[in-house]
Amino acid sequence: MDLTYDSELESFRDEVRSFLEENWPRQGDDAVQAFRQRAIEAGYLYRHFPRKYGGSEQEAHPLKGQIIREEFGRARAPSEPLGIGPSMLAPTLLERGTEWQKEKFIPRTLTGELIWCQGYSEPGSGSDLASLRTKGELVGDEWVINGQKVWTSGAHLADYMFCLVRTEPDAPKHKGISYLLIDMKQPGVEVRPLRTMTGTADFNEVFLNDVRTPRDWIVGERGEGWLVSRTTLKHERNSIGGARRTEESLNSLARLAKKTMRNGRPAIEDPEIRQRLATIEGYVQAHKYSGFRQLTKDAKGESPGIITLMMKLFSTNLQHEVSKLSLDLLGADGMLSAGDAHLGKPASDAQSWIGAYMYSLGIAVAGGTANIQRNVIGERGLGLPRDAAAKRSAK
Amino acid sequence: MNFDLTEEQRMLQETVGQLAERQCPPTEIHKRLESDEHDAALWSSLSGLGLPGLAIDAAHGGAGLEILDLAVVSETLGYHAVPGPFLGHVLAAHAIGLGGSEEQKKSWLPALASGERIATIAFGEAGSVWDPEHWSLSGSGSLTGEKTFVPSAADADLIVVGLTGGQLGVVEKGASGLAIEPVDCADLTRRVFHVSFDDTPCETLPGGAAAAPAVRDVGLSLLAADAFGGSHRLLDMCVEYAKTREQFGVTIGSFQGLKHQLANMALDVEPNRGLYWFAAYAQDHAPEEAQRMAAIAKAHITDRYMQIGRDSVEAHGGIGFTWECDVQIWFKRAMFDRAFLGTPSEHRERAVQLAPWAA
Repeated sequence: MDLTYDSELESFRDEVRSFLEENWPRQGDDAVQAFRQRAIEAGYLYRHFPRKYGGSEQEAHPLKGQIIREEFGRARAPSEPLGIGPSMLAPTLLERGTEWQKEKFIPRTLTGELIWCQGYSEPGSGSDLASLRTKGELVGDEWVINGQKVWTSGAHLADYMFCLVRTEPDAPKHKGISYLLIDMKQPGVEVRPLRTMTGTADFNEVFLNDVRTPRDWIVGERGEGWLVSRTTLKHERNSIGGARRTEESLNSLARLAKKTMRNGRPAIEDPEIRQRLATIEGYVQAHKYSGFRQLTKDAKGESPGIITLMMKLFSTNLQHEVSKLSLDLLGADGMLSAGDAHLGKPASDAQSWIGAYMYSLGIAVAGGTANIQRNVIGERGLGLPRDAAAKRSAK
Repeated sequence: MNFDLTEEQRMLQETVGQLAERQCPPTEIHKRLESDEHDAALWSSLSGLGLPGLAIDAAHGGAGLEILDLAVVSETLGYHAVPGPFLGHVLAAHAIGLGGSEEQKKSWLPALASGERIATIAFGEAGSVWDPEHWSLSGSGSLTGEKTFVPSAADADLIVVGLTGGQLGVVEKGASGLAIEPVDCADLTRRVFHVSFDDTPCETLPGGAAAAPAVRDVGLSLLAADAFGGSHRLLDMCVEYAKTREQFGVTIGSFQGLKHQLANMALDVEPNRGLYWFAAYAQDHAPEEAQRMAAIAKAHITDRYMQIGRDSVEAHGGIGFTWECDVQIWFKRAMFDRAFLGTPSEHRERAVQLAPWAA
């Protein structure tokens, strides 16, 4: 066991640091774009994408990936843009797309020029996603698509949607789905904002009425959409990031406890609050060292095992505890709203905590509810038999 | 960056595990619960693997390995609920190694390294006092007073005793005025005793005051490791049961109610592996974090272990509540791991006192 980096990696770290010193921060409207371009040229961003698609084409090296994230974080330099395009669509195209699809979509997705949204969930198909009913029919050289998608983040901003559509109505449910790319800027696409309990509109409903897309805007074969949507790229997985964020949550919580009074003294001196903070820290540290274990396994090309299936639910549970303690610390301010930060009005500190309190529930549900995560841990992790109803419906 | 066990550490775990499966499977442990005899054959087998001297330096007959090596062995012993004096023994040896004079080390450590003689620690005092700062038993040259919750005291040839001022002394078996009474504890795989001294000869360790907190922290790390191993075993037992037991014509593991309970339990077990690794690793390699991480790991993992124990009884239904079910063996080890050397809440408070974020 050794938690230090060897000299080769330390000199790599020095190299990243001097790159950052030279290139960030920089001035100008296009500072971020220009910086990213330099960082790609230097081999620090989009390491697993070939140069011809706008990546930096580096060999997978989880430890270098980790060092880059650490140093970019320290310098507060822009990293790979967030968003579902670079994180989900581009890797899927890289694995499953045709040559023209890769050339057309990947480079501009990586720069953030093309904005994507994800058309998976439907009003009747949540946890049982494969029961989706949005219909796609091949008419001449075009797919004609009808149906409704929901929880679509960023649909109002998106240029394109990657969408799961039922194209083979007679096939078993998982085998009747295709993965289509759809231009969002066309008649027949209607986007309605969906307001969340925090008061903000983070996502949308999307109605698709006779929406058209060319025949070859399909990724994978007809009926392979379910598999295509399961494509994951484990290249340099960020196994430490989640733990870093929970560590920051604990630190913010401690700051809140220091400036909040409870029973006539700062809450951080209150025995109950101290116990709760320390209990949270037990989970935070477990999270942190699980991250190091995963990073090591990734670096060796070994499977980290069941732990990777657990991290989402683990973070969710931890965020719940952080949120609950914050609400207790807020006292009477625990009645406040989350504020109107989305309208450009700065929220007070207390309101930011309220926002986080509510948002922790969104995280618990997004991308597979906590109960679905428990099914995954139970079935794929512990090898328990599948639920009888789910087994029947998969036929 | 390599946060993983070495091949040697994994093999050590495997070897110890195989020995445990052979010599003390649950059926054997059940028999042993009915007897308070020291299992000399088992101890001699463990000694054959070099476990008693694992972290004693080579100059004094040990293998010169680290606290992490002791911890990975503790995990395996915890997984198999191996009975015997391992915990107290290695802590006592560590205390002598850290705090003893060269002469003391020479005279005591080789026989402890080989397992020929057994040692233990007497850190506990009445009123749940464990912290070296609060020890009140005093005396130099001879002791009069009491210690309690001393593991394997009846079998020990040497007892390392915590003294006032955080000092350490050594009392040998058969010393005059030494009286040892069993305490009626739940965990019968690690029996504990009440020890009293009446003008009993005691040899002070010159470096005892500096050694005592470090020995305590190593103890916390090893308890965390044992608790990880034990909670892992309970989870495995519950999963196995859920895959074989049938009700309503199907195996009960297909029911979401139970499946989710088991998933929650897994979430309370697996992420703690790295936590105990680091707490143990820090004892040798990250002195600035050693104390705090030991406290956090002990508090967190033994607390989770106890909860897993409760969950495991529930997951087994009525049979889980019986004496004959294996769950009770680990449930009671959880009770020991949780309370020995201080409860989770005490160590959480210590962890906050040491926390950079609380300053």
